[in-house]
Amino acid sequence: MQLTSLPDAQLVARCRSGDEDAWRELVSRFSRYVYAICCQAYRLRQEDAEEVFQEVFSRAYQHLGKLRDDEAIRPWLGQLTRRLCIDRLRAGSREEIVDPETMPGGVDDKMETLDEAFAVHEAMAELSENCREILDRFFARDESYQTIGAALDIPSGTIASRISRCLSRLREAFAGRNPEPRPSS
Amino acid sequence: MTAYDEQRLAELIKALPPAPQAWVEAAQELPLVRGQLDDIVARAEADLAFRDALIANLEDALRLEGYKPETIPLDELRRRLEH
Repeated sequence: MQLTSLPDAQLVARCRSGDEDAWRELVSRFSRYVYAICCQAYRLRQEDAEEVFQEVFSRAYQHLGKLRDDEAIRPWLGQLTRRLCIDRLRAGSREEIVDPETMPGGVDDKMETLDEAFAVHEAMAELSENCREILDRFFARDESYQTIGAALDIPSGTIASRISRCLSRLREAFAGRNPEPRPSS
Repeated sequence: MTAYDEQRLAELIKALPPAPQAWVEAAQELPLVRGQLDDIVARAEADLAFRDALIANLEDALRLEGYKPETIPLDELRRRLEH
Protein backbone atom coordinates (compact mmCIF):
# COMPACT_ATOMS: atom_id res chain seq x y z
CA MET A 1 0.00 0.00 0.00
CA GLN A 2 1.29 3.45 -0.89
CA LEU A 3 2.00 5.82 1.98
CA THR A 4 -0.49 8.34 0.60
CA SER A 5 -3.31 5.82 0.96
CA LEU A 6 -2.34 4.53 4.42
CA PRO A 7 -4.95 5.23 7.10
CA ASP A 8 -3.84 7.81 9.67
CA ALA A 9 -3.30 5.24 12.44
CA GLN A 10 -0.99 3.10 10.30
CA LEU A 11 0.90 6.14 9.12
CA VAL A 12 1.47 7.25 12.72
CA ALA A 13 2.67 3.76 13.66
CA ARG A 14 5.16 3.83 10.77
CA CYS A 15 6.40 7.27 11.87
CA ARG A 16 6.87 6.00 15.40
CA SER A 17 8.99 3.14 14.13
CA GLY A 18 11.35 5.66 12.53
CA ASP A 19 10.15 5.51 8.93
CA GLU A 20 11.28 8.86 7.53
CA ASP A 21 9.16 8.56 4.38
CA ALA A 22 6.10 8.05 6.57
CA TRP A 23 7.00 11.21 8.47
CA ARG A 24 7.22 13.13 5.19
CA GLU A 25 3.78 11.90 4.26
CA LEU A 26 2.40 12.82 7.66
CA VAL A 27 3.69 16.38 7.31
CA SER A 28 2.35 16.58 3.80
CA ARG A 29 -1.06 15.19 4.84
CA PHE A 30 -1.62 17.65 7.69
CA SER A 31 0.37 20.69 6.57
CA ARG A 32 -2.62 22.49 5.05
CA TYR A 33 -4.71 21.90 8.14
CA VAL A 34 -2.06 23.26 10.52
CA TYR A 35 -1.36 26.19 8.20
CA ALA A 36 -5.06 27.07 7.95
CA ILE A 37 -5.52 27.02 11.72
CA CYS A 38 -2.59 29.43 12.11
CA CYS A 39 -3.55 31.79 9.31
CA GLN A 40 -7.34 31.57 9.11
CA ALA A 41 -8.60 30.61 12.54
CA TYR A 42 -6.06 32.64 14.53
CA ARG A 43 -4.97 35.07 11.83
CA LEU A 44 -1.32 34.97 12.84
CA ARG A 45 1.13 37.09 10.92
CA GLN A 46 3.12 35.07 8.41
CA GLU A 47 6.32 35.02 10.48
CA ASP A 48 4.44 33.93 13.60
CA ALA A 49 2.52 31.34 11.61
CA GLU A 50 5.76 29.90 10.30
CA GLU A 51 7.20 29.54 13.80
CA VAL A 52 4.04 27.92 15.12
CA PHE A 53 3.88 25.62 12.09
CA GLN A 54 7.43 24.36 12.69
CA GLU A 55 6.86 24.06 16.42
CA VAL A 56 3.71 21.99 15.90
CA PHE A 57 5.54 19.43 13.77
CA SER A 58 8.61 19.49 15.98
CA ARG A 59 6.52 18.69 19.07
CA ALA A 60 4.50 16.14 17.14
CA TYR A 61 7.70 14.39 16.11
CA GLN A 62 9.02 14.34 19.67
CA HIS A 63 5.77 13.32 21.35
CA LEU A 64 4.24 10.97 18.81
CA GLY A 65 4.92 8.16 21.27
CA LYS A 66 2.58 9.76 23.79
CA LEU A 67 -0.41 9.77 21.45
CA ARG A 68 -2.97 7.45 23.07
CA ASP A 69 -5.03 6.81 19.97
CA ASP A 70 -3.20 6.79 16.63
CA GLU A 71 -6.44 7.48 14.78
CA ALA A 72 -6.77 10.74 16.69
CA ILE A 73 -3.70 12.32 15.10
CA ARG A 74 -5.68 15.08 13.36
CA PRO A 75 -7.59 16.34 16.43
CA TRP A 76 -4.37 16.04 18.42
CA LEU A 77 -2.49 18.18 15.91
CA GLY A 78 -5.43 20.57 15.81
CA GLN A 79 -5.40 21.03 19.59
CA LEU A 80 -1.64 21.41 19.65
CA THR A 81 -1.79 24.05 16.92
CA ARG A 82 -4.57 25.93 18.70
CA ARG A 83 -2.62 25.97 21.97
CA LEU A 84 0.55 27.23 20.29
CA CYS A 85 -1.38 29.90 18.35
CA ILE A 86 -2.93 31.16 21.59
CA ASP A 87 0.50 31.21 23.27
CA ARG A 88 1.86 33.17 20.33
CA LEU A 89 -0.99 35.71 20.43
CA ARG A 90 -0.61 36.16 24.18
CA ALA A 91 3.15 36.61 23.87
CA GLY A 92 2.59 39.35 21.31
CA SER A 93 -0.29 41.04 23.11
CA ARG A 94 1.70 43.45 25.27
CA GLU A 95 0.73 46.28 22.96
CA GLU A 96 -2.64 44.98 21.90
CA ILE A 97 -5.08 42.94 23.96
CA VAL A 98 -6.10 39.88 22.02
CA ASP A 99 -8.66 37.34 23.09
CA PRO A 100 -8.46 34.61 20.47
CA GLU A 101 -11.73 33.03 21.55
CA THR A 102 -13.69 36.20 20.81
CA MET A 103 -12.06 37.07 17.52
CA PRO A 104 -14.46 37.97 14.71
CA GLY A 105 -15.99 34.95 13.11
CA GLY A 106 -15.26 32.78 16.14
CA VAL A 107 -12.39 30.34 16.24
CA ASP A 108 -14.65 27.38 16.98
CA ASP A 109 -16.79 28.08 13.90
CA LYS A 110 -13.67 28.37 11.79
CA MET A 111 -12.29 25.12 13.21
CA GLU A 112 -15.52 23.38 12.31
CA THR A 113 -15.20 24.63 8.75
CA LEU A 114 -11.58 23.48 8.56
CA ASP A 115 -12.55 20.04 9.81
CA GLU A 116 -15.19 19.83 7.08
CA ALA A 117 -12.67 21.08 4.55
CA PHE A 118 -10.25 18.36 5.63
CA ALA A 119 -12.93 15.73 5.08
CA VAL A 120 -13.57 17.11 1.60
CA HIS A 121 -9.86 16.99 0.78
CA GLU A 122 -9.79 13.38 1.97
CA ALA A 123 -12.68 12.58 -0.35
CA MET A 124 -10.69 14.12 -3.21
CA ALA A 125 -8.29 11.20 -2.87
CA GLU A 126 -10.95 9.03 -4.50
CA LEU A 127 -10.95 11.13 -7.67
CA SER A 128 -8.66 10.64 -10.63
CA GLU A 129 -5.34 12.43 -10.35
CA ASN A 130 -6.42 14.76 -13.14
CA CYS A 131 -9.61 15.76 -11.32
CA ARG A 132 -7.76 16.24 -8.05
CA GLU A 133 -5.20 18.47 -9.73
CA ILE A 134 -7.78 20.58 -11.51
CA LEU A 135 -9.92 21.16 -8.43
CA ASP A 136 -6.94 21.83 -6.19
CA ARG A 137 -5.27 24.18 -8.62
CA PHE A 138 -8.42 26.14 -9.36
CA PHE A 139 -9.94 26.43 -5.89
CA ALA A 140 -7.15 25.93 -3.35
CA ARG A 141 -4.25 27.40 -5.33
CA ASP A 142 -6.35 30.03 -7.07
CA GLU A 143 -4.74 29.37 -10.46
CA SER A 144 -6.25 30.69 -13.69
CA TYR A 145 -7.66 28.49 -16.47
CA GLN A 146 -4.64 29.42 -18.53
CA THR A 147 -2.13 28.36 -15.87
CA ILE A 148 -3.96 25.10 -15.23
CA GLY A 149 -4.23 24.37 -18.93
CA ALA A 150 -0.50 24.94 -19.44
CA ALA A 151 0.49 22.89 -16.38
CA LEU A 152 -1.71 19.92 -17.22
CA ASP A 153 -1.41 20.21 -20.97
CA ILE A 154 -5.12 20.54 -21.63
CA PRO A 155 -6.95 23.25 -23.60
CA SER A 156 -7.87 26.09 -21.21
CA GLY A 157 -11.28 26.32 -22.92
CA THR A 158 -12.21 22.94 -21.47
CA ILE A 159 -11.22 23.70 -17.87
CA ALA A 160 -14.62 25.08 -16.80
CA SER A 161 -16.48 21.98 -17.94
CA ARG A 162 -13.84 19.72 -16.35
CA ILE A 163 -14.18 21.58 -13.05
CA SER A 164 -17.91 21.10 -13.16
CA ARG A 165 -17.56 17.39 -13.94
CA CYS A 166 -14.94 16.86 -11.25
CA LEU A 167 -17.02 18.70 -8.64
CA SER A 168 -19.92 16.45 -9.48
CA ARG A 169 -17.71 13.37 -8.97
CA LEU A 170 -16.43 14.81 -5.73
CA ARG A 171 -19.96 15.30 -4.54
CA GLU A 172 -20.66 11.61 -5.17
CA ALA A 173 -17.41 10.53 -3.50
CA PHE A 174 -18.09 12.73 -0.50
CA ALA A 175 -21.66 11.49 -0.17
CA GLY A 176 -20.36 7.92 -0.32
CA ARG A 177 -18.00 8.56 2.59
CA ASN A 178 -20.49 10.61 4.60
CA PRO A 179 -23.96 9.16 4.05
CA GLU A 180 -26.83 11.26 5.32
CA PRO A 181 -28.48 9.70 8.36
CA ARG A 182 -31.86 8.16 7.60
CA PRO A 183 -34.73 9.96 9.29
CA SER A 184 -35.92 7.95 12.28
CA SER A 185 -39.43 6.54 11.92
CA MET B 1 -22.21 15.48 8.10
CA THR B 2 -24.80 16.34 5.48
CA ALA B 3 -24.47 16.19 1.71
CA TYR B 4 -23.09 19.38 0.20
CA ASP B 5 -23.91 21.12 -3.01
CA GLU B 6 -21.07 21.78 -5.39
CA GLN B 7 -20.68 25.41 -4.39
CA ARG B 8 -20.14 24.40 -0.77
CA LEU B 9 -17.62 21.76 -1.83
CA ALA B 10 -15.75 24.38 -3.82
CA GLU B 11 -15.65 26.68 -0.78
CA LEU B 12 -14.30 23.87 1.35
CA ILE B 13 -11.56 22.99 -1.13
CA LYS B 14 -10.61 26.66 -1.10
CA ALA B 15 -10.48 26.67 2.70
CA LEU B 16 -7.32 24.54 2.72
CA PRO B 17 -4.71 26.17 0.50
CA PRO B 18 -1.26 24.62 0.49
CA ALA B 19 1.23 25.75 3.12
CA PRO B 20 4.37 27.38 1.72
CA GLN B 21 6.55 24.66 0.24
CA ALA B 22 9.63 25.74 2.22
CA TRP B 23 7.73 25.33 5.51
CA VAL B 24 6.60 21.86 4.54
CA GLU B 25 10.07 20.80 3.48
CA ALA B 26 11.60 22.11 6.71
CA ALA B 27 9.09 20.12 8.77
CA GLN B 28 9.74 17.04 6.66
CA GLU B 29 13.46 17.31 7.41
CA LEU B 30 12.87 17.11 11.16
CA PRO B 31 14.07 13.50 11.57
CA LEU B 32 17.35 14.42 9.92
CA VAL B 33 17.73 17.53 12.06
CA ARG B 34 16.87 15.59 15.24
CA GLY B 35 19.47 12.99 14.30
CA GLN B 36 22.10 15.69 13.84
CA LEU B 37 21.17 17.26 17.15
CA ASP B 38 21.49 13.96 19.00
CA ASP B 39 24.79 13.30 17.28
CA ILE B 40 26.22 16.69 18.28
CA VAL B 41 25.10 16.35 21.89
CA ALA B 42 26.53 12.83 22.12
CA ARG B 43 29.84 14.02 20.70
CA ALA B 44 29.92 16.97 23.09
CA GLU B 45 29.36 14.63 26.02
CA ALA B 46 32.20 12.40 24.90
CA ASP B 47 34.62 15.15 23.87
CA LEU B 48 35.07 18.00 26.34
CA ALA B 49 37.18 20.08 23.94
CA PHE B 50 34.37 19.95 21.39
CA ARG B 51 31.85 20.86 24.07
CA ASP B 52 33.96 23.87 25.15
CA ALA B 53 34.28 24.99 21.54
CA LEU B 54 30.52 24.76 21.10
CA ILE B 55 29.88 26.78 24.22
CA ALA B 56 32.46 29.42 23.24
CA ASN B 57 31.09 29.91 19.73
CA LEU B 58 28.36 27.54 18.70
CA GLU B 59 28.03 28.39 15.05
CA ASP B 60 31.76 28.51 14.32
CA ALA B 61 32.37 25.21 16.12
CA LEU B 62 29.59 23.55 14.16
CA ARG B 63 30.94 24.86 10.84
CA LEU B 64 34.42 23.64 11.69
CA GLU B 65 33.01 20.14 12.16
CA GLY B 66 31.14 20.22 8.85
CA TYR B 67 27.62 20.95 10.15
CA LYS B 68 25.38 23.61 8.67
CA PRO B 69 24.26 25.77 11.62
CA GLU B 70 21.37 27.24 9.62
CA THR B 71 19.74 23.81 9.48
CA ILE B 72 20.06 23.15 13.22
CA PRO B 73 17.75 24.52 15.96
CA LEU B 74 20.49 26.40 17.80
CA ASP B 75 18.41 27.48 20.81
CA GLU B 76 17.49 23.89 21.53
CA LEU B 77 21.09 22.78 21.07
CA ARG B 78 22.25 25.44 23.54
CA ARG B 79 19.66 24.26 26.06
CA ARG B 80 20.76 20.67 25.71
CA LEU B 81 24.44 21.59 26.06
CA GLU B 82 23.72 23.42 29.28
CA HIS B 83 22.41 20.27 30.95
